Amino acid sequence: MRARGITTWLLIAVLLAPLVPLALWSFSFGWFFPDLLPSRWTLNAWRYALSDTGGTIQSLWLTTKIAGITALLAVLLGLPLARLLGLGTFRAKALVQVLVMAPIIVPGMAVVLGLHGLFLPLGLTNTTFGVILAHLIPTLPYAVLIMAGVFAGFDIGLEEQARSLGARPLAAFFYVTLPAIAPGLVAAALLSFLVSWGQYALTLVIGGGRVTTLPLLLFSFVSSGRHDIAGAIGTIYILPGLIMMAIAARQIGGRSAAIGTGGA
Amino acid sequence: MKRWPLYLAMLPALIVLGPLFYGGLAAGLGRSLGYAPLIGQTELSGAAWRAVLTAPEVRSSAMLTFYIAAISTILATVLGVGAALLMRHRFAGARAARLLFQINLTVPHLVLGTGILYLFSQSGLFARLAAQMHLISVPADFPALIWDPAALGIILAYVVKEVPFIGLVAMANLQAIGPDYEQAARSLGARPWQAARYVLLPAIRPGIISSAAIVFAFTFGAYEIPALLGASHPLALPVLAWQRFNAPDLAARPEAMALALLIAALSGLVVWVVLRAGRAQRRLS
Repeated sequence: MRARGITTWLLIAVLLAPLVPLALWSFSFGWFFPDLLPSRWTLNAWRYALSDTGGTIQSLWLTTKIAGITALLAVLLGLPLARLLGLGTFRAKALVQVLVMAPIIVPGMAVVLGLHGLFLPLGLTNTTFGVILAHLIPTLPYAVLIMAGVFAGFDIGLEEQARSLGARPLAAFFYVTLPAIAPGLVAAALLSFLVSWGQYALTLVIGGGRVTTLPLLLFSFVSSGRHDIAGAIGTIYILPGLIMMAIAARQIGGRSAAIGTGGA
Repeated sequence: MKRWPLYLAMLPALIVLGPLFYGGLAAGLGRSLGYAPLIGQTELSGAAWRAVLTAPEVRSSAMLTFYIAAISTILATVLGVGAALLMRHRFAGARAARLLFQINLTVPHLVLGTGILYLFSQSGLFARLAAQMHLISVPADFPALIWDPAALGIILAYVVKEVPFIGLVAMANLQAIGPDYEQAARSLGARPWQAARYVLLPAIRPGIISSAAIVFAFTFGAYEIPALLGASHPLALPVLAWQRFNAPDLAARPEAMALALLIAALSGLVVWVVLRAGRAQRRLS
């Protein structure tokens, strides 16, 4: 029995090991081979990353804005379809499901090079709005997937009762359905936020290097060898995800978080 | 009248996804065939596809990409399912362990790739450890695990990212089955590994196969990890496509588009075969 626990903890240690040097680098002042730990510690990298001129704070806001707007749009645009898919069967349901879920399987790079050609004459390349549109490609299917699952577990009879008691369709939705499905919508929005937050290729191609979200900034510091600053940016970059997971864990009592994953 | 709301409900999602996703794919296809009305080219040609499909460079890139995706998917699936089987038991700190196990789900790929670089590069933490133990004296003595032909760094980065994904799906499936079947098998004399192998694994197989297919498609088509940790030759297909897209020679653009669609076609083909095989097996058993 003990062996199982030890094996599990070992595996967890391996999974989380890559995050350790990131944090160490961010506090290092010169960390040369073969030292196992930085010989001198400093807050310089953090001071740089958090300064007004470093660009990291602007990048953090930009990334937050893009992920926030993308998540909001994904939930709003996906809600009617999710209700349809979750509540009933209709002709061509399987086809619609395949059409909507395909972007989860098809790699972003396969789509975004062609999309660049469509965006170019519209003036959407190198713009934040263009990047948000591109981020809808992977986020919308996930939002629909989660929300359809939520609707599948919702008793539509409640809405019908409200209607039979005289509530108009919109009133029935806002006062009966919405409160019941709200936690599911929040979960869908959080997942969409994280999916957008993690995007690299879509931002690179459509943003054309002008829309520098945190991952693009991180990549440039890593490849130019500024590992101390990269460590600080990397740490900043993972914080929202960790916070969301901690909140989700508290809400669901330690069970698997809202990061639902459903099959293809 | 009754059909209207049905189609209206689909509209917001499809009206957005249609042009962005299917439009993007179609535009890529058109451009790969030489169709570019903006610069006055409307005659179709298969030249880019011929160039892409016959280039030895593309073949070695495709092999490398397939190898990376296959090994990463197999390792992540085995470890993820193993972790789920381990964690269904009670042990000290099980709740905390389940939470920590999921952390990498929220950590972007690029961060884990960076961490793998800092651990396994020739001046990374493990090389330093080897130097402290007097196994090596200079960084170059440490085996190249990053930017190497075997793409070990890339595979490691994908595995630490995808194990929690597979593990979470497996845990959810195991929870859905409940403990009854396993206990029945055990009370009929099955050893613990037999109960897991012949009772639990077949029951969770469909869910595992679909999530493994998602992992394969992702690792086949993702850009940032091979861009950061990959050797300069051969390049992973997505990195090669982006390089062609940026080539100063405009004639390379159609080739970049053909490569992009090749990525979609190859990963789609593998996913289709895997899902079909999974379904056929289920019918047999």
